[in-house]
Amino acid sequence: MRDIQATAITRAVADLAVRACCKLPRDVYESFRSSETTEPSPVGRNILRQLIANADIADTENMPLCQDTGLTVVFADLGQEVHIVGGDLEEAVNAGVRRGYVDGYLRKSIVSEPLFERKNTGDNTPAVIHVRIVPGDALRLRLAPKGAGSENKSVLKMLTPADGIEGVRKVVLDAVKAAGPNSCPPLVVGVGLGGSMEMAAICAKRAAARDLDSRNPDPRYAAFEEELLTMINKTGVGPQGLGGRTTALRVHVEWYPTHIASLPVAVNINCHAARHAEIVL
Amino acid sequence: MSGESKRIRAPFDDATARSLRAGDRVLISGVIIAARDAAHKRLVETLDRGEPLPVDLRRAVVYYVGPSPAKPGQVIGAAGPTTSGRMDAYTPRLIGQGIRGMIGKGYRNPEVVEAMKRHGVPYMAAVGGAGALIARTIKKYTVLAYEGLGPEAVAALEVEDFPAIVVIDCDGNDYYEQGQAPYREI
Repeated sequence: MRDIQATAITRAVADLAVRACCKLPRDVYESFRSSETTEPSPVGRNILRQLIANADIADTENMPLCQDTGLTVVFADLGQEVHIVGGDLEEAVNAGVRRGYVDGYLRKSIVSEPLFERKNTGDNTPAVIHVRIVPGDALRLRLAPKGAGSENKSVLKMLTPADGIEGVRKVVLDAVKAAGPNSCPPLVVGVGLGGSMEMAAICAKRAAARDLDSRNPDPRYAAFEEELLTMINKTGVGPQGLGGRTTALRVHVEWYPTHIASLPVAVNINCHAARHAEIVL
Repeated sequence: MSGESKRIRAPFDDATARSLRAGDRVLISGVIIAARDAAHKRLVETLDRGEPLPVDLRRAVVYYVGPSPAKPGQVIGAAGPTTSGRMDAYTPRLIGQGIRGMIGKGYRNPEVVEAMKRHGVPYMAAVGGAGALIARTIKKYTVLAYEGLGPEAVAALEVEDFPAIVVIDCDGNDYYEQGQAPYREI
């Protein structure tokens, strides 16, 4: 067994929150720059240049890229040899969110319940935490703040096997078209296939939070990622929905075995900032 | 879209509001009013009760924004636009109160566009997710109403060369449609 202090988790989460909200990931930055050279629309190129300038300012001034610093999604891969001491994982993560959002001048965007009072919790807690118990003695924390403009356009459809790959293409295309300018394109689109209803959604969320230059390890799915990207970039939506061929920067697909009668499809739309930060303790 | 940005003043007079065409790039200076979801709801509830609004919306340019907190020494935190469509249910009522311009991002519903055409109100988009860049054009932030709403409070923003693009003009021309059409293959 290896001990990890709860306070170390809290400190790590606070750092990740500020880093994810203020520092555009390098791979996203490079993707803006390469899109700026290939985008045929002058308006689109102008938008991409503004996004590059925005990332530079946020970096220099250590201020958020976007005022919507999101709902804090945390993926925790917890080694089964790890023993958390001085607290529990959930509270340690939430204490980190609290510290990161309050001390880091990030916006608090969480209401305590969804339907009646909708009162702001004041510190952006609670986070949405996805825990996986994995082999080993390390704790991997990946934090992906998620803004509502893109999250609100995410979609889940329970297709049947006969709908096949054509059905999947249509769900993805319809989602991107419906999102239009609202979700701040160019997008990173996470597609989750298979599993059960909730597993498809979690796969889509993990896909949307992947590093930009990652590919699905299965060559068939990697090719499908490319195909979906090409398809999306033919919609004409373009940067900020003002027209162009850079509607998405990447499409990522994650999948899980599923029932003989099911083909769940989840599409998690992410905005151009595609914020994520990771640490291994 | 023309190459050069038009410099305009807010609040808008009638001539300014009607001069803007879909696709125009603009740089706005003057005072704009920050208000988003919760503030819109409260403003309309106030009207429903037959009470006067806590802010004068005549000629106002309303910006859908909920900034992140200012650090010491800063005017405002990141301050990019939020999705306008969530305001659609309230917008025609507020246009009736004299609003002459709106800034946000994303599509509007047909009822809003009808009200815009009837009252001569253009809708502009700022770059979503460019909150740090846009914050530089905001010189002063003064809460006008609903301070308890925090980032959703109604506030006056003094701006200098705030960048936006006209997406729907007073005649209902739609630059989202015009801009996308040439690149749409599917």
